[in-house]
Amino acid sequence: MTEKLNVYAVRMLTQKEYFAPGHRACQGCAEVLAVRLVAKALGRNVIVAAATGCMEIVSSPFPFTSWRVPWFHVAFENAAAVASGIESGLKVLMRKGRIPNKKIVTIAMAGDGGTADIGLQALSGALERDHDFIYICTDNEAYMNTGIQRSSSTPFGASTTTSPAGKVKMGQITWKKNMPAIVAAHNIPYVATACPSYPIDLVQKVKKAADTKGAAYVHILSVCPTGWRSAPELSIKLGRLAVETGVFPLYEVEKGRYHLSMDFPTLRPIKEYFKLQGRFRHLTDDMIQEIEKRIHQEYEELREKAKKGV
Amino acid sequence: MEVSIAAAEAVRQANVDVISAYPITPQTHIVEHLSELVANGELDGEFFCVESEHSALSVCVGSEAAGARSFTCTSSQGLALMSEITYIASGLRLPIVMIISNRTLSAPLSIWNDHSDVMSIRDCGWIQLFTENGQEVYDHVFIAYRLGEDRNVLLPVIVNMDGFILSHVIEPIELIEQEKIDQFLPPYQPLHRLHPDRPVTMGAFALPSIFAETKKAQEVAIWSSMPKILETWKAFGDMTGRYYKPIETYKAEDAETLLVTMGSFGETASVAVDMMRKEGRSVGLVKIRLWRPFPFDEFKKAALHAKQLVVIDRAVSVGGPGGPVASELRSALYGSDHRPFVYNFVAGISGRDVAPSDFIKMVDKAEIEIEEGNKEGYELYGVRE
Repeated sequence: MTEKLNVYAVRMLTQKEYFAPGHRACQGCAEVLAVRLVAKALGRNVIVAAATGCMEIVSSPFPFTSWRVPWFHVAFENAAAVASGIESGLKVLMRKGRIPNKKIVTIAMAGDGGTADIGLQALSGALERDHDFIYICTDNEAYMNTGIQRSSSTPFGASTTTSPAGKVKMGQITWKKNMPAIVAAHNIPYVATACPSYPIDLVQKVKKAADTKGAAYVHILSVCPTGWRSAPELSIKLGRLAVETGVFPLYEVEKGRYHLSMDFPTLRPIKEYFKLQGRFRHLTDDMIQEIEKRIHQEYEELREKAKKGV
Repeated sequence: MEVSIAAAEAVRQANVDVISAYPITPQTHIVEHLSELVANGELDGEFFCVESEHSALSVCVGSEAAGARSFTCTSSQGLALMSEITYIASGLRLPIVMIISNRTLSAPLSIWNDHSDVMSIRDCGWIQLFTENGQEVYDHVFIAYRLGEDRNVLLPVIVNMDGFILSHVIEPIELIEQEKIDQFLPPYQPLHRLHPDRPVTMGAFALPSIFAETKKAQEVAIWSSMPKILETWKAFGDMTGRYYKPIETYKAEDAETLLVTMGSFGETASVAVDMMRKEGRSVGLVKIRLWRPFPFDEFKKAALHAKQLVVIDRAVSVGGPGGPVASELRSALYGSDHRPFVYNFVAGISGRDVAPSDFIKMVDKAEIEIEEGNKEGYELYGVRE
């Protein structure tokens, strides 16, 4: 369980930046904030294997790089496999005495498309092989890099360029794939959800993932003003609303046991979250109510799991 | 020893650090034997039987970038699945070694041998070699690592061996003493590696303003590898007595007609050449060992005095000019003062047997056709109609 903190104690984080400023992310991008926090949490003894996507494009236009730690991009769907290789390579070279023996954390980093869609197979394989690595999914709920196309992580009802709200369709007509549950089903030692609107919680979870022996997974909701059609200055607020409405609960699954990082006896109305985003603008009150019903039901199920500790 | 076992033994002797593969016929015996070696503690490396060929090569890309000597092997559909990453491995200049147990590409599904798999990634930027027998497969694992890891090369290497025809055949293999191999192939010292002590960014994306320059650098690298290839073969020959060349010839010097083959066809074709020579016919054989970078000069030299070439391909370029090897040779010869006719057969696809008598039939047919004026013919040989 992560520590409960009542204050926003940003000074508890290191001032060192391992993900440098000057990158090309959009204004108000919470994904790049998540990456920056992850980098802060892990420090310098880390190697990052990144999937193709926003974070790759904004941080590595040759000859520039935002990365002050070793960083490697290979392709879209194989971040987990590449990280497997890095981790194994380090392990065998240390065993053979060809590089000094020290703890180096291997990270795979991908967006929701690179995780829940095209990268799911490689991720499942790496989890099953139980490589000692952390997989970070920064989830902005669509293919934002290519222009806001829907993914299996896009929430029900959201309008994207390939699930547009039209005269007969109401945007995305499938429910968001539950990646943390899929990952937890692999029986890895540590799974967590996080959001950069709660930076201390996020950093603690990433540190915990780094201390985990074996595979760990952190799923980070990353507000995307460009794709969500929201005001850039509202990104932190939207992240908080996602959590407080029950849309994106913060929790951990440690050795199979669920634990809510923060619980809300009464969830805020989902409408407060939806109304700040253009992607939900077309939804009627009835539709919002239907969505809210399911969100509440899922939240209740999660709460039950946490209560039972299973 | 079965050739696949010999290949796996070579991987062991080459002190490979990370092996990552997915089983596919006819490559399976290699991974099975490697698994046994790891299980018995005879190979001090990490072996991963991953969930797909795409991941198999992706794991190697990761481990190689971390500075570990890495190996994978595949066939056919598996190669097609990993093809995306083959281009990336060479673009990133990672000297991975891969054995392809060549098998035909579906559809229809077929597990038997031809070269359609590797021809589908012809332009992937790896150094590509073909072998004729098990000894050559075994030898070329060491050659491939030493060559690819040379700081003046830094390119991945494919060693092709015909599926079943080589992979499942038992033949005498002369193994090399470990001490000699350790001398020939010292541990891998990468130029750059992923390590926090010296952080680097690898795999940055290129805007149009820089992409062409990076491709040019890659092209320069593979062409500059040519002297290194010759040097490596020379060093290997000095160690073992087995000298290899980019283009091998057999009774070719004075031949009017030259058979041209790649891979295991070579041995059968040489039997056919002997039979035809006995009848007093002027026939010789040219075998292509090095496919990429293509040895244009050596090939032109070998074809200098021939009247005609009978090129036997093992892959079809559907809707194209025939087989890929014949196309290559035609363009190689186009600007030459001496241009022999190139008659092309595609034979033995999906592992159909091609006997010495078939080579003779192809030479007969080509000679007659050329005589009658069909000088650049193409035929898919042996089709039952």
